[in-house]
Amino acid sequence: MRKCKVENIYTLLGEISKNAKLYIPVDQVNGAKFTEYAEGLTLSNALKTERSIKDFFFPQTENLVDFKVSGKIIEIIDNRSEMEDFVIFGARACDVRSMEILDRVFLSEPVDTYYANRRAHGIIISMACNRPAETCFCSTFGIDASKPAGDIVCYKGENEYVFEGVTEKGKNLLEKLNAVTENGGEDTAKIVQTEIKTILDKLPLKDVKADKFGKDKTDKFFNAPEWKTLSEACLGCGTCTFVCPTCQCYDIKDFNTNSGVKRFRCWDSCMYSDFTRMSAGQPRPTQLERFRQRFMHKLVYYPTNNDGIFGCVGCGRCLSRCPISMNIVKVMKKLGEGDNE
Amino acid sequence: MQKITREILIDKAAFLLSTGVVGSVFGWRAGEFDYDVTPALFTDKTDLKNNFVFGDFCGANVSKYLIKATKNAEEKILVFLKPCDTYSFNQLLTEHRFNREKVYVVGIPCEGMADVRKIKEKAGEGILKISSTEDGVIVDTLYNGTISLKKEDILLERCKNCKSKKHVAYDELIGEDGTVLENDRFDEVAALEAMSPEERFNFWQNELSRCIRCNACRDVCPACTCEKCVFDNPESGVENKAAYNSFEEKMFHIIRAFHVAGRCTDCGECSRVCPQHIPLHLLNRKFIKDINQFYGEYQAGEEVGSRAPLVNYTKEDIEPNDAVNKGDK
Repeated sequence: MRKCKVENIYTLLGEISKNAKLYIPVDQVNGAKFTEYAEGLTLSNALKTERSIKDFFFPQTENLVDFKVSGKIIEIIDNRSEMEDFVIFGARACDVRSMEILDRVFLSEPVDTYYANRRAHGIIISMACNRPAETCFCSTFGIDASKPAGDIVCYKGENEYVFEGVTEKGKNLLEKLNAVTENGGEDTAKIVQTEIKTILDKLPLKDVKADKFGKDKTDKFFNAPEWKTLSEACLGCGTCTFVCPTCQCYDIKDFNTNSGVKRFRCWDSCMYSDFTRMSAGQPRPTQLERFRQRFMHKLVYYPTNNDGIFGCVGCGRCLSRCPISMNIVKVMKKLGEGDNE
Repeated sequence: MQKITREILIDKAAFLLSTGVVGSVFGWRAGEFDYDVTPALFTDKTDLKNNFVFGDFCGANVSKYLIKATKNAEEKILVFLKPCDTYSFNQLLTEHRFNREKVYVVGIPCEGMADVRKIKEKAGEGILKISSTEDGVIVDTLYNGTISLKKEDILLERCKNCKSKKHVAYDELIGEDGTVLENDRFDEVAALEAMSPEERFNFWQNELSRCIRCNACRDVCPACTCEKCVFDNPESGVENKAAYNSFEEKMFHIIRAFHVAGRCTDCGECSRVCPQHIPLHLLNRKFIKDINQFYGEYQAGEEVGSRAPLVNYTKEDIEPNDAVNKGDK
């Protein structure tokens, strides 16, 4: 492990930013946001950024390709921007796990080269969660907020930041920072981990269990009567899907530029009435079905297709953002109550 | 903060259910914490007793839900409406969105609702409990101990500038009715008007650039009740799922504000639900302020059947040119 004094963290960040674009959580008017590092910026103390790190790898809108038409010739313009290396500092355990979930979708055949490109260029420095929030329930999905994954894991102690290189990419980056770090910090990391574990035990959602859900439970829950009451207040806005670090559905939109076509990929939401209309012209007719789809996807379909891994990471963003305060915790508790056989 | 307790409302609901006046109750369902309350329809007395909640986090305006809830309802639905909710209720009736006969309205007093975002800003993460006091709340937190917060610091935006404590629609009232209040709700609009066009443009550019087009503002808005919104229609050409330039967001919000102008009661739900914290109510208030100035004071929803100035067409109406000129100033 390597460490640096708390007061030297900005020297270290400055060092990273010399070789790659660096994004750090910074307090903005409306909560913490990953912001490109510049001297003078202060690290946010917030637990979570308002938006997850998904945005870096799978942006809300991206211009995939342009077609230029002149006469009978159609020119295909790949306007993928030159990809540079970038580093995200301070990703939380939940967000880091979400990348594994997205990887399984975008990196399985046929590989999404846009996503793969960004993954190859991105380095994630995660940060153990010193102060989890009441809306956190990552432990439900086997995530340890005191020991996140990532290319480099960072622990913030009282007097020092401690870094542990995990992947090859991470270890290489850490080595480049040798001039601004020193060996050690194992004790601090242990203390931080113990403190976090004590807090995790006090969290109000620590007992939320997902074990009734998972692989091959479609028949058990699909027709549950509870969906009616759970979905009745749902506005059908896409907030939960947009702030969710694991929601990955998208739509492709073409825009006529008169001399050709600009093709965009944009996030879509299963909460919307026209979702999947492009495929068969049979979108889900009512909000109950749309609502059910989102939660069944996270809790049943995704695990069924992905070795039992859940499609939720317990980050709690939907808990704090849903305009009507309906969320996956309430869904799991309500559906888990009955036997549903 | 709230003077009325959930028990009073539960007793009222249970009585109306058991006497057959109503067949179901629209209210608020308790959540995991003290603040995550969900609008809900109750049909069962035990469920009502265990899960019905009324308190400082029942800001949700449930009027719009009546469109869906009354559609197939055989018996009357009891709905508890706060003063500001009753304006939306009337406006929906003016627009013939549901059958008044299917609803039994119990007007309830409101002391102003709390904004959990403001509480979190002040108390930090890790909120374990929020208890109501006479003039604020006490928050138990994981990291900052117990914190007392004053009412004026935690009120929802719209409640800070409450326009009325008077119920404009009800079948019966709990407690005494209040009055229409003097308020400063147009001050912020006036401040925007005082800006230079450039400053104002930058203000909105900055605010609206955060929009993620979740459409929660539209979905919650009691004035947005089209069966099919043009922005949900892929064939319309304006669906704008891919906001390929920042102009898209501005257009959406400005068009929406135009669409609800004269019908917006200023219930403030758009700003309350915006996950990106965009002060959308200011757009609507600008229209209300202009309408008041050009056509005389008008409050949408005050009376069922009132004709909004923009669709009333009287000879005294301001000439469009004059309005444009005045608007320029």
